[in-house]
Amino acid sequence: MLDIKNLHVKIADEDTEILKGVNLTVNPGEVHAIMGPNGSGKSTLSYVLSGKEDYEVTEGSVTYDGADLLDMEIEERASAGLFLAFQYPIEIPGVPTMTFLRTALNAQRKARGEEELTTPAFMKLVKEKAQQLKVRPEMLKRPVNVGFSGGEKKRAEILQMAVLEPKLCVLDETDSGLDIDALRVVAEGVNALRSPDRAMIVITHYQRLLEYIVPDVVHVLSNGRVVKTGGKELALELEANGYAEFETEAA
Amino acid sequence: MAAVQDTIEQVRGVDVDKYKYGFKTEIESELAPKGLSEDIVRYISGKNDEPEWLLEWRLEAYRRWLTMEEPDWARVDYPKIDFQDLYYYAAPKTTEGPKSLDEVDPILLETYAKLGIPLKEQEILAGVRKHDEPSTLDEDGVGEMGSGRVAIDAVFDSVSVVTTFKKELAKAGVIFCSISEAVREHPELVKKYLGTVVPQSDNFYATLNSAVYSDGSFVYIPEGVRCPMELSTYFRINEENTGQFERTLIIAEKGSYVSYLEGCTAPMRDENQLHAAVVELVALDDAEIKYSTVQNWYPGDANGKGGIYNFVTKRGDCRGKNSKISWTQVETGSAITWKYPSCILRGENSRGEFYSIAISNGRQQVDSGTKMIHLGKNSSSRIISKGISAGHSQNTYRGLVSAHRKATGARNFTQCDSLLIGDKCGAHTVPYIEAKNSSSTFEHEATTSKISDDQMFYARQRGLGEEEAVALIVNGFVRDVLQHLPMEFMAETQKLIGISLEGSVG
Ligand SMILES: Nc1ncnc2c1ncn2[C@@H]1O[C@H](COP(=O)(O)OP(=O)(O)OP(=O)(O)O)[C@@H](O)[C@H]1O
Ligand SMILES: [Mg+2]
Repeated sequence: MLDIKNLHVKIADEDTEILKGVNLTVNPGEVHAIMGPNGSGKSTLSYVLSGKEDYEVTEGSVTYDGADLLDMEIEERASAGLFLAFQYPIEIPGVPTMTFLRTALNAQRKARGEEELTTPAFMKLVKEKAQQLKVRPEMLKRPVNVGFSGGEKKRAEILQMAVLEPKLCVLDETDSGLDIDALRVVAEGVNALRSPDRAMIVITHYQRLLEYIVPDVVHVLSNGRVVKTGGKELALELEANGYAEFETEAA
Repeated sequence: MAAVQDTIEQVRGVDVDKYKYGFKTEIESELAPKGLSEDIVRYISGKNDEPEWLLEWRLEAYRRWLTMEEPDWARVDYPKIDFQDLYYYAAPKTTEGPKSLDEVDPILLETYAKLGIPLKEQEILAGVRKHDEPSTLDEDGVGEMGSGRVAIDAVFDSVSVVTTFKKELAKAGVIFCSISEAVREHPELVKKYLGTVVPQSDNFYATLNSAVYSDGSFVYIPEGVRCPMELSTYFRINEENTGQFERTLIIAEKGSYVSYLEGCTAPMRDENQLHAAVVELVALDDAEIKYSTVQNWYPGDANGKGGIYNFVTKRGDCRGKNSKISWTQVETGSAITWKYPSCILRGENSRGEFYSIAISNGRQQVDSGTKMIHLGKNSSSRIISKGISAGHSQNTYRGLVSAHRKATGARNFTQCDSLLIGDKCGAHTVPYIEAKNSSSTFEHEATTSKISDDQMFYARQRGLGEEEAVALIVNGFVRDVLQHLPMEFMAETQKLIGISLEGSVG
């Protein structure tokens, strides 16, 4: 589904290279976890996948569903099923979350040549998903992420994901800021989306999330490279020993 | 009426292009000779069958105007207008004195359709149904027009062509008609109030208007009456080289209430067309007037060719105690906008409000704002202005808040936000504040922001195209003001914002 080959990325207008040859293959139905020290390039990878303009790909390729992902506009990637749950969700003052979501869903459907959803059908869908994720309906009337607590923002991201039903979900530190109960609710929400034709990339610092969302593969990203790949037990190992081993390797 | 129904169907199917009102209606019209002179003033007055006092009033204004200079203090730039090269009167020939809807030219009805006159109103206008009959459009379930009870006065070039709902309004004692009819039927009211809020000699354009205004709307709400429906006027400039000078006068007697909507469009033309209206509002004790405008005149093309010059004087007089006047405006059109809807807060405890959304794109120039003149004790006012500039446009908020010596306890809150899209446009804020007593409290907040890259990225990551993302973010930016528009206009306005900003990114 996703094939990243020798990806080199630098910040546009600067020389600092952040990703230094990342290789990663994700198949439908799989859940991949990416762990790694602060500043190793995890968020950068998620941004490059979704098309953020501050970065420049200097080498390598990314293929998504057979297409050249790097050649697609941001919104094209979205309607092709790529979703990024932001590490720091963005506020949009004055735009009710509900309106934002409906506009987004219908824009995606339109781009895919599907019928737009009627207002009642949309309301029904959102209410259902909100209930599953224990998001209070009043929150949907509030402007996108404005005044949301850290945990509420993360939950709202997952709600958006559940409504948009993407094919490739990239979750950037969705667990940080969540209390223990919220973590379980969100993880259940994510697990409910697991399906044979949907893949996930879960970026996290903590083994705890992976107890709920059990990954098929765990990668360690350090200093812009995938330095180790293993099964779910790799996360446990990291929890015990930290990243010291990889940092020396990278230096 | 099948043809009209067809039109309605067609309009529902029409795609919105950049300026969807840019059509020209082929209706034969009667033009006065070009240019301005005493004879033209007499001609216009004669066309309207006006009494001697009104003709004298016009002539006095005309003579005064000859001595005046066009103001140049606004931040707008345009070639000098040749006032002798304009027509001052154009009336659609086929509609002289229509007394019932059946007499209305079907082409006009088609025009209403293209104007985007809300569909349910068109049905009424067209006589497809009476207001208390269910609409055939109801199955949509969108309820786009709310109750569908809006009375309309349509002004086509210079002349008011039709006013709906007259009988029902008359039952409540409300007078809603063209101002020329009011002069004939209710001369004492017109004489008592005309020019008392915006004096003949107020400013260059208002004085010109006083001399040559051809028609407009008149509203009178008697004591204690809450007007049973929204009143609405649609203005349309069609003829080439015409100036449109309407005059609107609204009087709300003690304890009455009225909500009034004004919408405007014009065809796309290379030449600039002049529009200089005057609106006067009078609110007596405990009365309230809510005046909303959606201004969508043709803004000119991307290079600044053509478009309407909009020089408008709008002023409300809160004459009575506890009276209230609120202006809500959505300004998206015109090549040049020069407009400062104001309130004179004369009455004790009176209140003035100004809510504004001004969008400029392309080469548009907007200089708009308000004046809140506090004369009465404990009078209060509130100003919320949202300016959005895109393209190569210039957008200026100009506001004055003043408190007279006697206006003790006067309060004002002003919030002035500007949003910039791209880096070739400009936003300017020019607030004047004068307090002549020490117990007044004036608060002023101003912000200037840009649509952030992060917001754009976030919205696009969710699937919105660039223009859609901008429209959504802008709609969020203006939300505080949108909420003050009557329901009927909200959805239209949200769409209009998107249309006005097309081509503003990339
Ligand atoms: N737009 C940018 N401008 C300058 N530096 C940047 C930019 N984006 C990323 N970086 C730098 O690139 C490096 C990788 O950042 P990134 O956010 O991808 O790390 P991360 O692995 O997600 O870290 P964390 O675990 O703290 O979230 C950091 O050193 C960061 O400062
Ligand atoms: Mg990160």
